[in-house]
This record gives sequence, structure tokens and C-alpha cells, in this order.
Amino acid sequence: MKQVFSRPQSLKDVQTHFCPGCNHGTVHRLVAEAMDEFGIRGETIGVASVGCSVFLYSYFDVDVIEAPHGRAPAVATGAKRARPDRIVFTYQGDGDLAAIGTSEIIHAANRGEAITVIFVNNTTYGMTGGQMAPTTMVGQKTSTSPYGRDQHKDGYPIRMAELLAQLEGVGFSARVAVNSPKNVLQAKKMIKTAFRYQVEHKGFSFIEALSACPTNWGMNPLAANERVGSEMIPYFPLGVYRNTANM
Amino acid sequence: MRHDVFIAGYGGQGVLLAGNLLSYAAIHEDKNVSFFPAYGVEKRGGSAMCTVVFSDGDTGSPVVGHPSVSIILNQLSFDKYAAKVRQGGICIVNSTLVKCDGVDLPDVNLVQVPMNQLALDLGDVRMVNMLACGAYAGKTGALALPSLEEALKKALPERNHRLIPANIAAIRAGAAAVQG
Amino acid sequence: MSEKLFVKGNEAVAMAAIEAGCRYYFGYPITPQSDIPEYLSRELPRLGGEFIQAESEIASINMLLGASATGVRCMTSSSGPGISLKQEGISYMAGSELPGVIVDIMRQGPGLGGIDASQADYFQATRGGGHGGYRIIVLAPNSVQEMYDLTMLAFDLSDIYRIPAMVLADSVIGQMKESITANPRPAVVVPEKTWAVRGRAEEAPQNVVKSLKLGDGEMEAFHWALHARYQELGEKESRWEEYLTDDAELIVTAFGSTSRIARTSVEAARNAGFKVGLLRPITLFPFPKQAYAALSRKCKRFLVMELSTGQMVDDVHLSVARDVEVGFYGRPPGAGSLPTPEELFEQIEKAYNN
Ligand SMILES: Cc1ncc(C[n+]2csc(CCOP(=O)(O)OP(=O)(O)O)c2C)c(N)n1
Ligand code: SF4
Repeated sequence: MKQVFSRPQSLKDVQTHFCPGCNHGTVHRLVAEAMDEFGIRGETIGVASVGCSVFLYSYFDVDVIEAPHGRAPAVATGAKRARPDRIVFTYQGDGDLAAIGTSEIIHAANRGEAITVIFVNNTTYGMTGGQMAPTTMVGQKTSTSPYGRDQHKDGYPIRMAELLAQLEGVGFSARVAVNSPKNVLQAKKMIKTAFRYQVEHKGFSFIEALSACPTNWGMNPLAANERVGSEMIPYFPLGVYRNTANM
Repeated sequence: MRHDVFIAGYGGQGVLLAGNLLSYAAIHEDKNVSFFPAYGVEKRGGSAMCTVVFSDGDTGSPVVGHPSVSIILNQLSFDKYAAKVRQGGICIVNSTLVKCDGVDLPDVNLVQVPMNQLALDLGDVRMVNMLACGAYAGKTGALALPSLEEALKKALPERNHRLIPANIAAIRAGAAAVQG
Repeated sequence: MSEKLFVKGNEAVAMAAIEAGCRYYFGYPITPQSDIPEYLSRELPRLGGEFIQAESEIASINMLLGASATGVRCMTSSSGPGISLKQEGISYMAGSELPGVIVDIMRQGPGLGGIDASQADYFQATRGGGHGGYRIIVLAPNSVQEMYDLTMLAFDLSDIYRIPAMVLADSVIGQMKESITANPRPAVVVPEKTWAVRGRAEEAPQNVVKSLKLGDGEMEAFHWALHARYQELGEKESRWEEYLTDDAELIVTAFGSTSRIARTSVEAARNAGFKVGLLRPITLFPFPKQAYAALSRKCKRFLVMELSTGQMVDDVHLSVARDVEVGFYGRPPGAGSLPTPEELFEQIEKAYNN
């Protein structure tokens, strides 16, 4: 247990700006732990997206490029092609990856870019104040779906892990959650596998992490964590959707 | 006549509500009003501030470098903004949370009101912002107390209208605290 | 007189759009303009209109193109990074002679920049912004009341001239609240949109909305026709405000939020006995050259103030008489460092006594 609370080498010893109960912090830690375990901190290039995780460079002790909103997979493609011996990962929110950046993620995945994508699905736009995201649940009220998401007008929440698993270029695609100790352990394993794909040159890897945004859900951290289990997981099932190298 | 007032405190002290209340009171008195909340990065770090300008004529700049009146609700804001008050101006301070002993504000009328204490006496510490508005009206005479009381209906969301009597009591207590 | 409302600049834009008859809005969240989509997501469905939060600004500008092509009034809004993405669509709209209102609540750039006020997108707005050599109508409100009034005007001008129109403000004007009167929609004669695609009735000519022009001489004729329309706009629709300019020996000139701050500084300068006036362009395209030309015949010193390192100053140089001295004071403000009236007063004093 002690291990869980010590700070991974790849994370800086600083206070984060995340709200109390935000799952971004947990996902950051798991990603950093995976980097530590492979000993790749010094050769990793992170690509930050635009969202609450834009300050990636403040927390990860690695070199970072800041990408325009949604374009991280394209930026990562450029970096990886130019420096194929480096480990390149993107860290993106659901507005960033599943709305404005849909084109970039699909084509990077389809090309089988040797990068790792960490996708944080919190069913809302966190940084801009809680607007509807493509992953917002049907009926969920947000600042731009004041009457609740209406699937007839706004469509259904997109399941990215399944969608990308359809693409031949993808090596690994999985969905995890960090709402319980058991799920955190599982998430840690999956994130490690995603990086192993890149370390062992097995192709594009993708992790979707279901995540709580207590602030914009208008919930306390406990209730928010509960919602991940009671509302999100039934619609966004956890599991491995593609695993070409059988890791 | 143009009046400007700067209000600062930490998030949760109701700084923006105070600014809105003064604005609605000024509109009630048929004035033109500009309310400019601190925005963006300034907002982070837990502080809240806003500037209200009202006038019979043009309100002019919504940004004020040296306010004629500042209402300061916490120490951090005092340290940062008290010195900006214009010469001949007024600085109304929540003296429960702000230590201003030994601070020299030349040619500024420093008005100390123990707002947290008075709010606790009224039974609700959330009334600090109302006390501040009352103290402002009482000290400057720029707005009439009945206007403030009337403005509560607009500044408070419907669901909080049951709190209007308590707010009125706090406004009056704030005004009373600066008399004499 | 209708009751005074107390609303944010961004809300005033949304209210005015509804009053102007706009029932179609397409947008994407971005600070500091998200109040506009948030307001319209609440109100448009009640009015039988359509609110779509698109997957991106690129999608939203193209939704605007599609809706406008059918002849309805429609609007989109964004800020720096999103406005950049819209440029392709705006260029296509200009090339297809489509009206439509685009609201730009400027923030700092380049790139992700910051979310505080800036006026550094003046060039992007007034020079067209996208490819192909076109201009759009640009209106620059400096109060919440003008956010309301000029948004309505943007719809009318855009429809009359078949040119996209932009309301260009910044986070100061977008985020501040002021007392306003929600004026009713002005009575304006807008030509019927006979060009709109609505499905082809028997015997009706086919309507095609497009920008591809491959016919012999077609492109050149189009550009000259647009050019003539820009000239006409300049003559008929240039708008500006003058304050204490009659006997001025120094003219301060600024638009939008800066003009609000500068006006108080000019007032202070008058109180200090300086003969200073303010010229504020309300339309940035067309730029009110005539006002500059006329004032510069009697006043030989201008001082331009902007929240940037200097963009509108170029247009001032091009508009004033040759023997005029044009000074500049600009600040590309960082987070929380707006210029104050006191600061601008010092600059005026310096320029005046120079
Ligand atoms: C082109 C462009 N459009 C819009 C924005 C504004 N913006 C900043 S963050 C963000 C979305 C954040 O949501 P998400 O990706 O879900 O991440 P979260 O904050 O929830 O972690 C948006 C729309 C931008 N920066 N650039
Ligand atoms: S707004 Fe939501 S996603 Fe952003 S830091 Fe707060 S809890 Fe996390």
C-alpha cells in the first residue's frame, strides 16, 4: 500500500491545481508510475492538450510540447517520426480528443503511429466551465445542455475505446476507471501495458480513463466517484477492446 | 457625479454579490452602471474582486487604477490594494480579518468595521458582504439604504428571497457601524 | 421607455441576436465567450430555434454557411484560437456572398495565449482573416449597450450587403455588466434573399451558393463588384464617435475597451486644461477614414491607443493628412494588467506637452 502514496520519480514534487476529488491527479500518477517502471523518464516527450491537463509540464518531469486544442495526436506524430527512438505520449480530455480532435485521433490511430494516448473521459468540458462534451451522458445537464443531453439533437455519448479498436492500425485499446482501489490497480496495469506497446515497438496504444469532475458535475468528490461507477461504467464498460500483441 | 468603488476579498466572501447589489441599487436610483469583475488569471488563487462605477451621466472607464472608495474584506487584498486608494478617498476595511495597525495610508480615510464579528453577532457569517455594502452607503451617502434594500430582490436569486430580511438587517448594521 | 436591464456584454449579444430574428446558433465553447452559447442553449429551444454545440469551430462556421445559404439569420461566436479555425469558412462565405454574424470576444494570443483582454486580432478581423482577398464588416462595441445595438446592426448590414459581419469585442466588454435598454429591433428594409437555396419550385431559376468561379472573366468581375460594395460601405456605413474634438489640439483615438478607458483619461486631461479630444471608430471595417481626414485638417497631433503593440495605428496613418504626427501607446496586456485611466492620462499629458 505504501507504494501507492509515494511520489513517482516522473512527477514533480509540487501541488497540482486540480480541484479536490478530480481524477486527473490519479491518472497523472499512474502514467508517471508506468514511466518509472520502464525507466523512460529521460527519453519521454509528453504532448499536452488544451483542457484542465494543459499544465502537464508543471507536473511531469519530462519534456513537453503544448498542442493546439484537439491536435495532440498530429503533434505527437510529428515528434515521433522525427525522433523515433523517443517515447511519445499525448494526454487529452474528451472535448479535446472526442470533439474537435476526432480527425487527428482517428488518423493517427489508423496510421498506427507508435505513440501512446491517454484519454481522460469526464463527460464534460472541465476547463471551460462544464459545457456538454461528446461523452456527456444522455439526459445529463451541462451549461450548454440545460435541459439535459437530448440524443435526438445532440447524439449519443461516443465510446472512443471501442471506436478506435475497429481500426487495423491500433495495437492496444482499453478503458479503465480510477473510482475504486480495485479499478486503480487495474488501470495501473493497463497503462503500463499501453506504454509497453510503445517500448516494445508494437504499435499505437490507447487508454480511456473514466474520470470524475466533481466541480462541473456539482457533486462532492465522494458522490462524483460513485457516479463513475453507477452511471458511467454501465454505458462505458471497462475492458480491453484490442490487444494485437496479446500483452 | 460619478462614483467608483473597488471591492476585494477571497472567494466565498460574496464580493461579486456585493458588487451586483450596489449596481442594482444604483440602477434603482436611475444611474448608469458598469460592473467589472476581475477576470481570468486574477481570479485564480482564490481572490475575488470587482469594480463598480455609477453615474448620472457616462460611466467612463470600467477599469479604475486609483479607486475613490475601496472595500477590503481580507488581509491579502489589503496588502495588495489598500495603497491604491486615491488621495482623499475612503478605504473601508473588514477589521476582523485585516490588521491595519501601523499601516500608513496618507490622506485616505481608513474606516474599520469588524464585519465578521458583526456578522456573527447577527447570527450568520455570510452577511459580511451585506455589512460591507451598508457601511459603504452609510459612509459615502452615494446610495440610499432603501435602494440597497430594494436591490436585494434583483441581486439575490429567487430561492434566496426568504433571506432578504436578514440581509436588510445586515445592511442596516453596516451603515450603523460607520455613523458618528 | 423599456426597463433597464443589468446584463453581461456577452449576454447582451445573445439577447440582441434573438431580437434581431436570429434563431440559429452554432458554436463551440471557449473562454471568454461561453456565456453566449450558454444563454442561447437555454433560450433558442424555447423559441423553436436551433442551438448546436458543434464538434469544433470549423464545423460551426460551416453550419453557419449552410444555414445562411437557406436564407435564415444565423450566428456563431468564438475567441482567438476558434476564430482562427473559422477563417476557412469565413473565406468561403465571403466568396459565396453569404451574410452571417460572427462574434469575436478577443483574448490574448498568439496560440493558446491567455484569456484576458487583447485587441491583437484587429488585423485578422479587418483584413478578412482568410485567403483570397476579401473583407468582412467589423463592428467594435465599447459598452454593453453597444454589444446589444451593434449585434442587431451586424445582422442588418450583413443581410443588406451580403458580406459576413463580425462583432469584435474583448473580455472586458464581454464580461462586464452594465445597465442597458433592450431596444426593439430597428425597422430596416432588407432585400429579399432571392439567392437563397430553398428547393427549386417549378419554373424558378436554380440557385447555387458557391465560391468556385472558373468562367472567363468571372473572378475578376466578382472581385471588382465586391470592391465596389466595400467602397459603398465606406461611404454609407462608416460609424464613429467624437468626444470634445472641436477645439482639440491632440486627438486620442482608440476602439472598444481601450476607448472606454481613454475617454476617462481625456476627461481628466480636459480638467487639467489640455485641449484633448477622442475619436472612436465604431466600424473598423469600413474604417471611418473620412472622420480622420476631416479632423486631421484642423488638428495635427493624434495619439493611438491599443491593447497590442500597434495595429489600428496603421489605418490611422493611412487616413490622416500627411502633415499629421501620429503617436502610439500600446500595451499587449499580460494577465490582470489592463491599462488604467491614470496610466493613459500620463501618456496624453506627455504627448500633449511634447
Ligand atoms: C480552438 C479552440 N477552441 C476552444 C478552446 C477552448 N477550450 C479550452 S479547454 C477546452 C475543452 C476542455 O475539455 P476537455 O478536453 O474535456 O478537458 P478537461 O478540461 O475536461 O480535462 C476548450 C473547448 C481552445 N482553447 N481552442
Ligand atoms: S474542473 Fe473538473 S477536470 Fe478540471 S480540475 Fe476541476 S475537477 Fe478536474
